[in-house]
Amino acid sequence: MMTTIAEMPAGFADKVIAAQSTFRTVMDAMARPGSVQLIRAVSGVPAPMMRGAAAIALTLFDQDTPVWLDEKLATSGDVIKWIKFHTSAPVIADAAGSSFAVIADPTSLPEFDRFALGSPEYPDRSTTIVIQVASLSEGPAYRLSGPGIDGVTVLRAAIGVPDLADRLAENACRFPRGIDLLLVSGESIVALPRTTQFVAQEG
Amino acid sequence: MNAPTYNFAYLDEQTKRMIRRAILKAIAIPGYQVPFASREMPMPYGWGTGGVQVTAAILGPDDRLKVIDQGSDDTTNAISIRKFFQKTAGVAVTTSTVNATVIQTRHRIHEAQLGAHQVLVYQVPIPEPLRFLEPRETETRRMHALAEYGLIHVKLYEDIARFGHIATAYAYPVKVNARYVMDPSPTPKFDNPKMDNCEALQLFGAGREKRIYAIPPYTTVQSLDFEDYPFEPYKHKACCALCNAADSYLDEIVTDDKGSRMFVCSDTDYCETRQAQGHRGSENASPFAESRHA
Repeated sequence: MMTTIAEMPAGFADKVIAAQSTFRTVMDAMARPGSVQLIRAVSGVPAPMMRGAAAIALTLFDQDTPVWLDEKLATSGDVIKWIKFHTSAPVIADAAGSSFAVIADPTSLPEFDRFALGSPEYPDRSTTIVIQVASLSEGPAYRLSGPGIDGVTVLRAAIGVPDLADRLAENACRFPRGIDLLLVSGESIVALPRTTQFVAQEG
Repeated sequence: MNAPTYNFAYLDEQTKRMIRRAILKAIAIPGYQVPFASREMPMPYGWGTGGVQVTAAILGPDDRLKVIDQGSDDTTNAISIRKFFQKTAGVAVTTSTVNATVIQTRHRIHEAQLGAHQVLVYQVPIPEPLRFLEPRETETRRMHALAEYGLIHVKLYEDIARFGHIATAYAYPVKVNARYVMDPSPTPKFDNPKMDNCEALQLFGAGREKRIYAIPPYTTVQSLDFEDYPFEPYKHKACCALCNAADSYLDEIVTDDKGSRMFVCSDTDYCETRQAQGHRGSENASPFAESRHA
């Protein structure tokens, strides 16, 4: 008798080149906040993760980066197994100790102070939050400015995080402490580092 | 072939992930020095191990790499690093500034303006601008945390008190995005204005000191100064003896033991490009002098 075992989705086919290409995409996104960048590397994706979030996980997570997952991801056993198998990253229950957090349900994003914010001496020791959102091309318009942006740029996105502009304004007040966001929709990503001023466009 | 092979761009993947995470945080906090677990590289500290590790972490097979040492593509340091990545990553290399996608530099910013598709990687010996004023890392960390930068202004003031002007000529401290004071690496202060509001991403790697920091594109980089003693970039009051450029940073070359000297562009690509365009200085050979006999 053959037993059917659900196979775990694969990682990158070519780990080295795919990780490099994904990193450059994330680096470009972080250096140019608000710009929509496309992840080209292909990998298996465990539901309900998105392709972009899976590629970021395979590129940046490892045994040194505790990862926190929101309820939607944590209750899907596949995602935890997949992350542990492919990246060796510990999946932890306390967001305050995490290097990365992955959010599949933006409406239930915990307050930023639940995550690691870094210390005044070491503000880099803070959580990077990967949020899966509905769209990075359509939706309400936001005006972004700050380092990496030539003047002002407009981002249209359906993000779904309640009070995001207020939360990011509060995050900016903590500078140099603070969290950094990576928004993912399919294979598109947009970075919102802590230096970016983010306001909803009037009208 | 049984020759030993390296991973792409020499570093193992876990090291690259660690450096990549440090680079992302460095971009998110402009001018702040992110500690990283610097590796031993197959070259001595002081030869650009920090810059090499940053380059190795970002480099891809489609990149075109340029390496300069004091503006020159032809010095030992530049050639050996270029060959290192040709051998371990198989990437295309170039000496042309405009054609390069990743440029690693030791102590100069080239004359051609950087574009948005380029990344400039600096080799940094001492990343801490406050180090010679306060030797304790715990204290300099706190000074950065509190933006307590009075000491560095005192240092510049002492220059004025002693010499009548700010005598700091290289590694001239800058303030990034109106927050962190940063060492631009030992570039001449002539190059400082090029860092301000630059279109390209600038990354800094210090291997021995184990620090990575960054300036994102379109970020203000202000050279520290005083209202009554404003920042002034310095260069020799001369033109390049080879290409006659009046706007480039010049190296002084002693030509005999009787005090004769000439000034030439420090940026070899800039100088050669200008000569190819027909610009002639006072000292370069006539363009036909080396032509073959008929």
